[in-house]
Amino acid sequence: MPNLAPPLDCSPAAAAREGTPLLVRYLGRVPYGEGLRIQEELVESRQRGETDTLLLLEHPRVVTLGRGANPGHLLMTREEMRRRGVEVFETGRGGDVTYHGPGQLVGYPILLLPPSRRDLHRLLRDVEEVLLGVASDFAIEAQRVEGLTGIWVGREKLAAIGMRVSRWVTSHGFALNVSTDLSGFDLIVPCGIRGRGVTSLSRLLGREVAMREAAVSAARHFARVFGYAPARLEESHA
Amino acid sequence: MKVDVIMPQMGESIQEGTVVRWLKKVGDRVKRDEPILEISTDKVDAEIPSPAAGVLAEIKVAEGKTVEIKTALAAIETEAEAGAAASAGGAPAASASEPAKSAASPARAEKASPAPPPRAEKQADGDSTPQRESSPATPAAPAQRRTEPGTREERLRTRSSPLVRRMAQEHDVDITTLAGTGISGRVTKKDFEAYLQGGGSPAAAPALAPAVAFTPGERTKRETLSVMRRKIAEHMVVSKRTSAHVHSFFEVDYSAVDKIRKEKKDAFLDRHGVKLTYLPFILVAVVDALKAFPSLNASVDGEALIYKKDINLGVAVALDWGLIVPVIKNAEEKNLAGLAKATADLAERARAKKLLPDEVQGGTFTITNPGVFGSMFGTPIINQPQLAILGVGTIEKRVKVVEDAIAIRTMGYLSIGFDHRIIDGAVADQFVSHIKKLLENFDPRLV
Repeated sequence: MPNLAPPLDCSPAAAAREGTPLLVRYLGRVPYGEGLRIQEELVESRQRGETDTLLLLEHPRVVTLGRGANPGHLLMTREEMRRRGVEVFETGRGGDVTYHGPGQLVGYPILLLPPSRRDLHRLLRDVEEVLLGVASDFAIEAQRVEGLTGIWVGREKLAAIGMRVSRWVTSHGFALNVSTDLSGFDLIVPCGIRGRGVTSLSRLLGREVAMREAAVSAARHFARVFGYAPARLEESHA
Repeated sequence: MKVDVIMPQMGESIQEGTVVRWLKKVGDRVKRDEPILEISTDKVDAEIPSPAAGVLAEIKVAEGKTVEIKTALAAIETEAEAGAAASAGGAPAASASEPAKSAASPARAEKASPAPPPRAEKQADGDSTPQRESSPATPAAPAQRRTEPGTREERLRTRSSPLVRRMAQEHDVDITTLAGTGISGRVTKKDFEAYLQGGGSPAAAPALAPAVAFTPGERTKRETLSVMRRKIAEHMVVSKRTSAHVHSFFEVDYSAVDKIRKEKKDAFLDRHGVKLTYLPFILVAVVDALKAFPSLNASVDGEALIYKKDINLGVAVALDWGLIVPVIKNAEEKNLAGLAKATADLAERARAKKLLPDEVQGGTFTITNPGVFGSMFGTPIINQPQLAILGVGTIEKRVKVVEDAIAIRTMGYLSIGFDHRIIDGAVADQFVSHIKKLLENFDPRLV
């Protein structure tokens, strides 16, 4: 799997939406703490008027707890996790417990939502729309399940969502299982939902899906759903 | 002057938020737009900025509490005392929380219900309290209703958007009779769609957990349980201790019932003045099944089993301040319309606190409807001294395999809680199976 893929696009792309360009940056594998720091900086600079950014990356094995997390949804102690090389983070996004690891495409949109989009449910539904688009690119019929944010294939979760907004600047985002080693989820009760499983693009398709392929698709659908011009995103990694 | 910090509505369909963390303490100086707390709604956390510069004077909602939008979370003492700027704050918690709770039925919408008469407590006596609690008791009784604006025009305006009003006109529905879940009880497009989907029955207003008002510095709050809550508590524990509870679940295809409802609901409403919901169909099936399996319509007295000729059906009704189980006496003598009317009448009077003590006693079997709140199925506690209780789960369209094809059917779960001291699994399951069969092949002539 491309560990350190070249950036998809490091130039301001698509000056489409209300004069705001979107920068899509593919960061490769980034430790979770480092990812938090980058997001914090970007949120701050976005609030100062810099451009909107979509970060795409992977994390090493890490379990994160949203503020609403129930520690009972960790299935082993933090010490045991650390011994197995899994970091544990408490973090300021919405949602319960989740797992990130190699092979999972993580997207952190740092956007200032325009007034017409200042609706948290709409934000979640829009991010789901992006992920449904990605799934359909891989000929997978995923769906929403009312009350269970994220996207699902049958009773299995393909992508999770947990976000944060500060003065309508978004951060955190989604985690799409591309070729994730799903045993990582055995460490937790994903999102605190028992009785449902997790799945990945690779498992559903029975073939190894390249991270880059999924990232390209995610960038394209993100631009589509959130109203940025898509052209340059597609060109940039052709 | 003081400016309230309110729980903002961060989306059309968002009705509440949880205070996750206070970033500032009482006494801290804050700048305008400086984040002072974090809230969480659904899967998004958000920072709430201060509406004004000043000093955080009061924190009204503790970390971990979930409150409705527009609830005052804190007060900021502004620096410039002189400023006559109107408070940015919303209505105080009590009044802001009312509209959403306010009533489902036309009768309730038209006038404020007065403070509970003393008799209300008595209703909790006797065998009035089965099942899980649907809403915690609201100690500060929901006495004050939002004051309704005077004219119908005003009410229409304040309770709906132009889009919803147009939809209402198209469907010839009086919006003022609907319970809104939007801002200040506005009827949203979603409410209206839910109303239409529900066969025209007003969406049941969700019973909401009451906000607890902590004073600054207070970490806990002690509150004496209401008489009703104490009765419920005692009853639940006694029941759990008395009966050997077992639960079993059945999936029912309501497509036949749904079809009948769609065809007959308008005529039914015209003729009988009540909505044709799923419940009367279920009641008809239950009465029939109780006749076939009399041991479920019985009670234990010492070493004897008492069979009852009368079928008195208790139907649990969730109230803002607890729950109550009015009883439909001699249900076996009533037809579907009679059962529908009796249910509507009892539920309405339960909410208006106008039940007579006799009307909550003498039940022989109970039905509870956790599905109203979206539950798939409940594991209800038996209403002593009865021997069984039926839980009706939410009814919705689901994917179902029918003759090796995938079909969309109107489905729901039924759960039976029964006392295994007396009733064996085989009997309980045959009983529900009987209900299932009747519902799946419902005879349209019974409506």
